[in-house]
Amino acid sequence: MSILDYFKSSKKSNTAATAKERLQIIVAHQRSERGAPDYLPQMKQEIIEVIRKYVHISAEQVSVQFDQNDDDFSVLELNVTLPEK
Amino acid sequence: MAQIIVVTSGKGGVGKTTSSAAIATGLALKGKKTVVIDFDIGLRNLDLIMGCERRVVYDFVNVINGEANLNQALIKDKRCDNLFILPASQTRDKDALTKEGVGQVLSDLAKTFEYIVCDSPAGIEAGAMMALYYADMAIVTTNPEVSSVRDSDRILGILQSKSKRAEENLEPIQELLLLTRYSPKRVKTGEMLSVDDVNEILAIPLVGVIPESQSVLKASNSGVPVILDQDSDAGLAYSDAVDRILGENVPLALQLK
Repeated sequence: MSILDYFKSSKKSNTAATAKERLQIIVAHQRSERGAPDYLPQMKQEIIEVIRKYVHISAEQVSVQFDQNDDDFSVLELNVTLPEK
Repeated sequence: MAQIIVVTSGKGGVGKTTSSAAIATGLALKGKKTVVIDFDIGLRNLDLIMGCERRVVYDFVNVINGEANLNQALIKDKRCDNLFILPASQTRDKDALTKEGVGQVLSDLAKTFEYIVCDSPAGIEAGAMMALYYADMAIVTTNPEVSSVRDSDRILGILQSKSKRAEENLEPIQELLLLTRYSPKRVKTGEMLSVDDVNEILAIPLVGVIPESQSVLKASNSGVPVILDQDSDAGLAYSDAVDRILGENVPLALQLK
């Protein structure tokens, strides 16, 4: 790469680096959902609906984590952040 | 024992059919008895890329339904002795491919062929699932571009959970990355993800890097798999990929680094 190229590429932003960063985040997220049962998104939605009957919460306040610990058992972890009174 | 290779990607238009045609032809040129199957039911195209579209009489679904036998449906390639094509049907019936039917055809083919290359349709619907279900090796065709890389990662998840090998707890499918439409020039200027970038994200071994090349369109225009154009960079890159599939240790061509 010549000195001229160096100045040219540093002037405009490196979009490949942006692409890589965005992909790393989305792929990590995708992988955390891997192996989870297909019904999980719908179940999460229904749980939110039930809680909403009693407390005002948004979807971000509920996290549902599915962990396959072993071949024999899996753990379903449900975390609800309730609003402060 | 035949090896079943699926050429898959999730995303459409990344070069699955071009790659299936090139790889199957390359394996046949290496003396391996090879059949390439079009799994894109309703949107048959492999026949065009292979240049045998006017010789299609019976197809994959006819064989599954018992309307024709394999010998009637298989098209012998005119250029390579060891190469046969099994075209997709143009039916719009989504459920034309059954797990049992596909399994039966593959095990019949395995009696005479060394390599069975399955050209998967895009998406994650029935056709794509059937193409990958029985695979021993998956060639994950990817463009250095965000949507293609993300979809390839989705496909890797499916290979690891929904394939026969996954369901039966057998040795996992061998997953290999084929990077297509690669432009080293744009990588240098920071406009395109590099081989290393994609490799780092998907974390599977690299089987080949195919440069963006005018020879690919020329080849499909004339119905000649691009690997037969040994004057082209893309043709040579596919030859290297085939050697790697056969277990040879071929370094990446210098101009692709």
